[in-house]
Amino acid sequence: MENVVKTFGSLTVLDEIELTIHENEFVTLLGPSGCGKTTLLRILGGFEMPDSGKVIFSGKDITNVPPNKRPINTVFQKYSLFSHMNVEENIAFGPKNSGKSADYIRGKISYALKLVNLEGYEKHDVTKLSGGQQQRIAIARAIVNEPKVLLLDEPLSALDLKLRRSMRQELVRIKRETGITFVFVTHDQEEALSMSDTVVVMNQGYIQQVGTPENVYNEPENAFVADFIGDSNIIDGVMVHDKLVRILGREYPCVDVGFPLESPVDVQIRPEDITLDAPQEDALNGVVTKISFWGMSYDIIVSAGGFDWLIQSIHRREVGEEVSLHLDPENIQIMAKPQSEDEAKLVEQ
Amino acid sequence: MFQSVTVRNLFLVPFCLWAGIFIFIPLVCIIYYGLTNSGGSFTLDNIAIITQREYYYSLRLSVVLALITTIICLLLAYPLCLILIERAKSAGTIIILLFVLPLWMNTLLSTMAWQTIFERDGILNQVLRLLSMPDMTLINTPTAVVIGMIYNYLPYMVLPLYVTLSKIDKSIFEAARDLGANSWQTFLKVTLPLSLPGAISGITMVFIPALTTFAISALLGGSKLLLIGNVIEQEFTVEYDWHLGSALSIILMIFIVINMVLTIFFDMSRREEE
Repeated sequence: MENVVKTFGSLTVLDEIELTIHENEFVTLLGPSGCGKTTLLRILGGFEMPDSGKVIFSGKDITNVPPNKRPINTVFQKYSLFSHMNVEENIAFGPKNSGKSADYIRGKISYALKLVNLEGYEKHDVTKLSGGQQQRIAIARAIVNEPKVLLLDEPLSALDLKLRRSMRQELVRIKRETGITFVFVTHDQEEALSMSDTVVVMNQGYIQQVGTPENVYNEPENAFVADFIGDSNIIDGVMVHDKLVRILGREYPCVDVGFPLESPVDVQIRPEDITLDAPQEDALNGVVTKISFWGMSYDIIVSAGGFDWLIQSIHRREVGEEVSLHLDPENIQIMAKPQSEDEAKLVEQ
Repeated sequence: MFQSVTVRNLFLVPFCLWAGIFIFIPLVCIIYYGLTNSGGSFTLDNIAIITQREYYYSLRLSVVLALITTIICLLLAYPLCLILIERAKSAGTIIILLFVLPLWMNTLLSTMAWQTIFERDGILNQVLRLLSMPDMTLINTPTAVVIGMIYNYLPYMVLPLYVTLSKIDKSIFEAARDLGANSWQTFLKVTLPLSLPGAISGITMVFIPALTTFAISALLGGSKLLLIGNVIEQEFTVEYDWHLGSALSIILMIFIVINMVLTIFFDMSRREEE
């Protein structure tokens, strides 16, 4: 449905971004602040012009189409409600601009308010609403225009944790009920993983990986993605041959193939995928150096083979306890090393 | 607690003295002189003088020129401020400073400069002759007075408007565009209502001095173009008729009070909405 190709000049906020967003998809642009995700969103909305490249929408080039003529609406980070208008007038702003009849607008307002669970709030003053309510009005104000795509710029970042959690469910529901394509910008990996169909991981103006939430979590393509999404142990390794990797002088069977023989690689192991056992003769043995309780599990740091491993376990260990580390082949994720210094910089945090 | 209240009240004393000596007493004097004759007895004759043609014309001309000046200032200031808030904050501040510069100069001095520009053989006409264009008679015309007033009072419109506009979050304008409003609709439906408080204080700050001016009209309007300010000045300094001068001042004050009441009323109805 959409085909975005973009280059950005002077500061290179975005460098040759190519991204296809499909109809009725929930896409999340995920990355640390300054990675260019908001700029990309603003280009989609028409508030920013790419230096080169095109924004293609349903086969039509809309790069030079102003925001008011795009079939796209935005939910802004700070909601940006019109403080001189009440709830009803805010929501009616868009349809009025497109010359819809009063009857149509009235119907749309009550539909939109119902959708965001704020029925009966028509005459309320927007400045007196809570943050969560203002957010809902901002969403209602955008969707009454029946956009093909809804852009959401970190819409949950101003809300407290509990509200943020419930708004996630709300957004997924609203998306399902309206069938609008959502493009959601966030730096919160939890938000990205729990809501999206597709996650686009970005860093320093480059797209690092595009995939389903499970895909980017389980099969990160490089050390940046592995490190940014969830907790990871990332270790230098050497690919001995297909399905065999050497880490810290020990050889481990794995499932990845297709790397050159004896090539250096980044190896990622999730902390929850390491099992601890009593020390054994031919295993990777180490000493527990730190332990902290996180409610559901313990974060355990084990110093083994000259590397501090982060391990998550529901079993308590004592500091100073000797343990052995066990890795299953399918839990060892092999990632290609960056090919150049420029690329290396990108995956650095 | 008692002590702190006492101390706080103590700080009010200079203000009360100031207000009493320089605001209240002169006001009482003006009202006294305006409503009495030379014998000291009460009369409305002085006030009624405004129905005489020459006085009425002066007042009408003053109100019309002040209105024109205010409207032109408003029309000049809006686009300027809208362009400035889109610039980087630092650049905007410097340009605003340039626009406020006329305030640093003495009004009389800058108005005299305009006089030399508008004179029959002034700079403007010399330039026009150089370009072999016909002369323009601007000196001693209402146009010259209006230009002089716009030059002197524009900063009072620009400053409050710029401050109000720069406080509005830019994403509000973007939201309006996003929701299908073109630039003009965005201005009418969003920018204008949100910047109204700034515009209103600008209007007040331009309209009142423009209505009461006598220096600008004396220098650029000549002896034939008498604004109400000039008439009042003459009553005091030439005719020595303090009673008539005071009465005319009272009439002028009524206009200013009307302006302020309208402003406050507008402000209050806005606040109620919020």
